[in-house]
Amino acid sequence: MTTDTTPIASIEQRLDAIQTVLHRHGMQPAEFIHTFDELAHEHWVPANGAGLIARAWTDPVFKQLLLTDGMAAIREAGLSMPSHHRHFVVLENTADIHNVICCTLCSCTAFTIIGLPPDWYKDLAYRSRVVREARTVLREMGLDLPAHTQIRVWDTTADTRYMVMPQRPAGTDGLSTDQLAALISKDALIGVARI
Amino acid sequence: MDGMHDLGGKQGFGKVQHQPNAPVFHAPWEVRANALYSLAVKCGVFNMDEYRHAIERMTPQHYLSASYYERSLTSLATLCVEKGLVTADELAQLAGGAYPLAMPSALGRHNHANRMAFLPGDLVRVRDEHVAGHVRMPGYIRGKHGVVISQSPVYPFPDAHAHGLHAQDEPTYDVRFEANHLWPQGAEDAQVHVAVFESYLERLT
Repeated sequence: MTTDTTPIASIEQRLDAIQTVLHRHGMQPAEFIHTFDELAHEHWVPANGAGLIARAWTDPVFKQLLLTDGMAAIREAGLSMPSHHRHFVVLENTADIHNVICCTLCSCTAFTIIGLPPDWYKDLAYRSRVVREARTVLREMGLDLPAHTQIRVWDTTADTRYMVMPQRPAGTDGLSTDQLAALISKDALIGVARI
Repeated sequence: MDGMHDLGGKQGFGKVQHQPNAPVFHAPWEVRANALYSLAVKCGVFNMDEYRHAIERMTPQHYLSASYYERSLTSLATLCVEKGLVTADELAQLAGGAYPLAMPSALGRHNHANRMAFLPGDLVRVRDEHVAGHVRMPGYIRGKHGVVISQSPVYPFPDAHAHGLHAQDEPTYDVRFEANHLWPQGAEDAQVHVAVFESYLERLT
């Protein structure tokens, strides 16, 4: 029994406790932590999204598929999303339109495609401000968009997931898809950077 | 619920602490926290809507002071207690100290009885409803109007799904709102797209 004056257990202690509970119920948490660690660090990486974009830049048929049926494009590329994500929407930047994604309610992202979200995406400042003062937020983050560029902010409030398709930079005609993919950062796939 | 988590449009926060190529995890315990709640979802202890709602039910003081992965852990622990895997006292005993959990849940609700289907181009208004339980309508669009751009595949209705009620699947609509309509004279020019469940919408007449 704890009282209001009992000190709060440390994060590690609280985690150990819940891990014990899951273990007692036969869920094999230690094994899953190992599996998850590998997935998060080696499989759910922004290189997945970058590869999709680089291929779309060089293959008009694939680009069309990616923009009209993102789930089909993911499958064709041998990638996957969790079963509760049923819709993948790719947002094409142009000279006049800039897209940026967020989740004001929590931290939803297409994490198997662009990687788990970075700290700042989950923090209070980004979530509160980007829907209301996107231009200023982007400028503070190093992206100063021309005044004529229309900004579209996408709030991930359902289980539809988004990814931004950056504009292909000029002077990259001779590059292979691998070289192109290497130019594409996670920030660009979220829409807080251009390439 | 009008909880602390519903941050869109709230003012007073400072600059985004942006770091290019920010690491996803900073300590091994963060990986464990993420893995353990994912495992509980995978094993069917609870679903993602229940998980999100248990974070939303943290007291505002706790929500604001907790790190992201402490929120994950708090939701996981709260739901393990509510689902009967362990009692709150046992959990505190195992942890060797007090174990803060989220507040109890209010009642959920079913899909709207008079759902309407919409087509791209339709003008819609977000119903002016105040929901005590889980809801995926950010407060900043409540009562506001927008235009339907497209429709998604169907999903379980979160307001029911987060509460163990039968959740009929329904589509969400990509609805485009003008920031200057959401916050008149109080926003920078932009189009804000929100994925809005059908039950939250009515036709603008």
